[in-house]
Amino acid sequence: MTTDLGPLVPRDRAAHPVPYDVDYKTSVARSPHQPLLSMESTPSEETGPRFGHNILGPLDNNLILNWTKGAAPAVGERILVHGRVLDEFGRPVPQTLVEIWQANAGGRYRHVKDTYFAPIDPNFGGCGRTITDYNGYYEFLTIRPGAYPWPNRANDWRPMHIHFSIFGHSFGQRLISQMYFEGDPLIARCPIVNTIKDRSQIDRLVAPLDMAKSRPLDFLAYKMDIVLRGRRQTMFENKPEGM
Amino acid sequence: MVQSLDNLRETPSQTAGPYVHIGCMPTHAGNAGAFGTEIGKSPIADGAKGQIVTIRGQVIDGTGWALRDAMIESWQTDAAGRFPGQDDADPAVSGFARFAADGESGEFTLRTVKPGPIPARGGGFQAPHISLWVVARGVNVGLQTRIYFEDEDNSADPLLKRIEQRPRAETLIAKKTADGEYRFDIRLQGAGETVFLDL
Ligand SMILES: [Fe+2]
Repeated sequence: MTTDLGPLVPRDRAAHPVPYDVDYKTSVARSPHQPLLSMESTPSEETGPRFGHNILGPLDNNLILNWTKGAAPAVGERILVHGRVLDEFGRPVPQTLVEIWQANAGGRYRHVKDTYFAPIDPNFGGCGRTITDYNGYYEFLTIRPGAYPWPNRANDWRPMHIHFSIFGHSFGQRLISQMYFEGDPLIARCPIVNTIKDRSQIDRLVAPLDMAKSRPLDFLAYKMDIVLRGRRQTMFENKPEGM
Repeated sequence: MVQSLDNLRETPSQTAGPYVHIGCMPTHAGNAGAFGTEIGKSPIADGAKGQIVTIRGQVIDGTGWALRDAMIESWQTDAAGRFPGQDDADPAVSGFARFAADGESGEFTLRTVKPGPIPARGGGFQAPHISLWVVARGVNVGLQTRIYFEDEDNSADPLLKRIEQRPRAETLIAKKTADGEYRFDIRLQGAGETVFLDL
């Protein structure tokens, strides 16, 4: 299906966070000092794992209900999070796995290592996943996560956010990012957000309120489109080297 | 003025954070059963053809401390150098795995089949290797690297040949510790820093 595609478009590093940022303290000892080795992609990056609907449970994309298997809904402001996965050429990325995880409405994660004293919601697990349709479209029903404090500078708080993991069709497209919410005053103060130095790229992570998709008397909606790396597509890919 | 190119920019990465396991490896987060089927639990099923190998290591920061919260994904061919989905690929090799640094020791383990040489674009072969993607708190853009094997012929591999400082190529080569067992530590920064890739 992808045999006519060429190498991945080289990653534009200016579109991404800087690896080393003193204001995000953990990055200081975890960022490489040497430059990355840049090369044209190979089949190892151009191929990648594919997942089918057989792995999905019926409530996997419904975080309000999936932890209790539908028995009781999670506490919080009900929201639909939806959007499309596209590549750099604007082509939809169909049939690809999208995974999300988040804190509960009080800003607490269900994780063995989260010790924030905001309470666990017994009805909320905090993870979901789905597979995009043939137009690259996905949706999740969840609750709006709470902001939470974290040990960095003396009084840092994460804005409300949902973590995203997207596969694409090539291992070299693999991406993990975070979605923020329109209007949250903590976004501008967040050292993790501000590892992205291009202001217009930060805006790409801020989901707008989408009243057209919200359901009266039920949930609000936020839209989050995601763009993955593209692969060159010309009719001149399969030719002998140097000819 | 000129025409617009109409290309889109890639969505920026953000760190996976310390709780990446909630979404990607629920059992490791303490949430077994969150999904009926967790992906990437093993890159092979029973009956995979070839040599079964176990690779152990740590992800080590610039101070020498092993990360306790890193998650790694791997992608590879079967023993004959075919990727899953390609013609004649070994049906018992899914090729994809997810594994985490242990929360106490920082040690990770990957049990898989040793991959085969892979035909390179434009002729020749890439030496057998496993592609890795490393994410963690404090890692703002996921890090790509590769595991090669010290008991394979790596002399003609196009990527290893591109590494100018020859000793640095050693950072991509797993060391054999016993029959079918290898050590591969990932050093994020400083002395012995692993070669990370931009492919
Ligand atoms: Fe978070």
